[in-house]
Amino acid sequence: MDVRRPLGALRSPLRSPLLRPTLVRHSAAALAALLALYVLTTSAAPYRNLEIAHAAYLTCAVAGLTVLTGLGGQISLGHGAFMAVGAYTAALVIAHWGWPLAAVLAAAAGVTALAGVVVGAVAARLEGPYLAGATLAFAVGLPGLANYEHLSGVLGGQNGLTVAPPVPPARLGETFPLERWQAWISCLGAVLTLFLLANLTSGRFGRTLRASRDDEIAAALSGVRVARLRIAATVVSAACAGLGGGLLAVVATLAAPGAFPLTLSLQLIAAVIIGGLGSLAGAVWGALILVYVPTWASDAASSSGLSHNVASNLPLAIYGLVLIAVTLAFPRGLQGGLRDVGGAAARRVRSRARTSRARDDTPGLPATHPGGADEASTDDAGARPDDGGDGAGGRGERLRR
Amino acid sequence: MVRFVNLTLAGITSGAVFAAVALALVLIWRATRIVNFAQGGMLMFTTFLAWSVIDHGGSYWLALGTALASGLVLGAVLERVVVRPVESKPPLNAVIVTLGLYVLLQAAAGMIWGDTPHSYPPAFTIRGLSVAGERLLLSPFDLFVIGAVAAVMVALTLLFVRTDLGLRLRAAAFAPEIARLQGVRVGRMLTLGWALAALVGSLAGVLVAPSVFVGPAQFDAMLVFGFTAAVIGGLDSPAGAVVGGLLLGCALSYVSGYVSSDLVTFGALAALITVLMVRPNGLFAASAGRRV
Repeated sequence: MDVRRPLGALRSPLRSPLLRPTLVRHSAAALAALLALYVLTTSAAPYRNLEIAHAAYLTCAVAGLTVLTGLGGQISLGHGAFMAVGAYTAALVIAHWGWPLAAVLAAAAGVTALAGVVVGAVAARLEGPYLAGATLAFAVGLPGLANYEHLSGVLGGQNGLTVAPPVPPARLGETFPLERWQAWISCLGAVLTLFLLANLTSGRFGRTLRASRDDEIAAALSGVRVARLRIAATVVSAACAGLGGGLLAVVATLAAPGAFPLTLSLQLIAAVIIGGLGSLAGAVWGALILVYVPTWASDAASSSGLSHNVASNLPLAIYGLVLIAVTLAFPRGLQGGLRDVGGAAARRVRSRARTSRARDDTPGLPATHPGGADEASTDDAGARPDDGGDGAGGRGERLRR
Repeated sequence: MVRFVNLTLAGITSGAVFAAVALALVLIWRATRIVNFAQGGMLMFTTFLAWSVIDHGGSYWLALGTALASGLVLGAVLERVVVRPVESKPPLNAVIVTLGLYVLLQAAAGMIWGDTPHSYPPAFTIRGLSVAGERLLLSPFDLFVIGAVAAVMVALTLLFVRTDLGLRLRAAAFAPEIARLQGVRVGRMLTLGWALAALVGSLAGVLVAPSVFVGPAQFDAMLVFGFTAAVIGGLDSPAGAVVGGLLLGCALSYVSGYVSSDLVTFGALAALITVLMVRPNGLFAASAGRRV
């Protein structure tokens, strides 16, 4: 899109897009994820299904943010406001036009993408803490609009807009639980988002985005239009957050300013970093932590007979401790930490295999040759997601100051 | 006209507090290149300590001293224990650690003092002064707020410009390697910088406490407005933090008085975007130099 010769020459020489191994791999992963989620949601209690739905719509927003922040190097503390745009769009469309759900969610993503164009145009000029400040003000300022007297008629003021809950199709049976249907909608949205983003970022878009993050000037000299690329990344990221917000409105059956406090935006960026910057798998980890750590902590607090003040604040305390501990212990996020552990284990297995083979081989024969070939192939399988490894690594994350 | 004067006076008072928070952020940014999101939590915590002193019968001034002293200690301890390990790491990690600290401090305050906000007494009366028969939106306490912030600004300026310690602080922030070669204990200077910043922040907390009350979540807006003010002024400039704070205070006061008090946060966004569109590195940015 923005690339002229030099980076374009790096394009992989594969014939048909359908035969690209990445596409096949991503499709297989998406199908496997859908299957696993189907099994999980049908066996889970309604309350667990709602948790799954929460984690799924947060995954959408976190995955979008990880593209912008992890691959693009642009920090955003304002993605909660994008979610608000998506949620209010979905609520208004459902209330006024009653479109089918897929169209509602598409509208939520589309309108938020438009908001992303505006924000991206502003943000492309800014860097580091100035960008953080602008997006922080965006996160705080935008939801406040719902209270403005001239808009509160449309947006419902502090109470927000109630959303009619989605009706499960009749052929699923009379007794099909609403929560499971909500979980299905939300999970389908999350898997679709991850699938699209995985394909998008493994192509030229992701490559040029990483190039502009690592060295803006070198990328610009290679023909990348950095400003335009950053706006595109903001738009993609905003659309994902908008879809997440639309799903939130459908799952929570409410779009209200109270659902989009500053802490939501901060939690999203925290999830990106805890999971592992620039890694889509890390985005899933991050969203799971956002949903399950507070739940688990409040369960623990309520079961352990503490005083009211302590018990009600324990989830918050544990959440803060997890943020600090994970950042100090795994500077590359959980996904990066897992990859480190996995890589170390793989190396150990490999070196053990090599020494045992060297012992079996005839003494005169140099053992390096087969070992070397073996290593190359295992490396391929072990450290395959080049972007993830790179993106989660320390080198790229420096935000320009 | 009286209304305009009143709004301006109210804006200057709140702007002085924003300026203090902004200054706390700028001091830390200059020293360690970290945006300290924990600042809101830190000043909340020290203000709670001051409140407990008053609650146990201590005087206003004893409470203020407690807040300032605990701010110094808290800033130094947090820098040594939590922030030091991430100072050499990518800046986003520092963002998350300070956010985590913020959440943790909020939770700790909730555990110790409960979630319901408490009132905090002002040092002087908050009845507006009368000038020529008109009651102004400026009380003796407001004058105290402005004076206290101004005094701290002057003291800090003197410290940084006129003293040997200030020179070492600036050297450690400006060129750590060279400063270290010249015998400056850079690590100690960073700790001191955090302590000073936390001191300024805790002053802001005590000054704003009578109007926002003391509660774990009551000072969130202070952080946002303080950060906005710092960004408007340019994060590298203490003078910019002061100007940014006063500008933001007045702008928000006008928005609240002339348009709608519901639009105050949106007004902050608009003011910030306007400034950043003209000067992407804030009003007082030294240079837009770019390292190749």
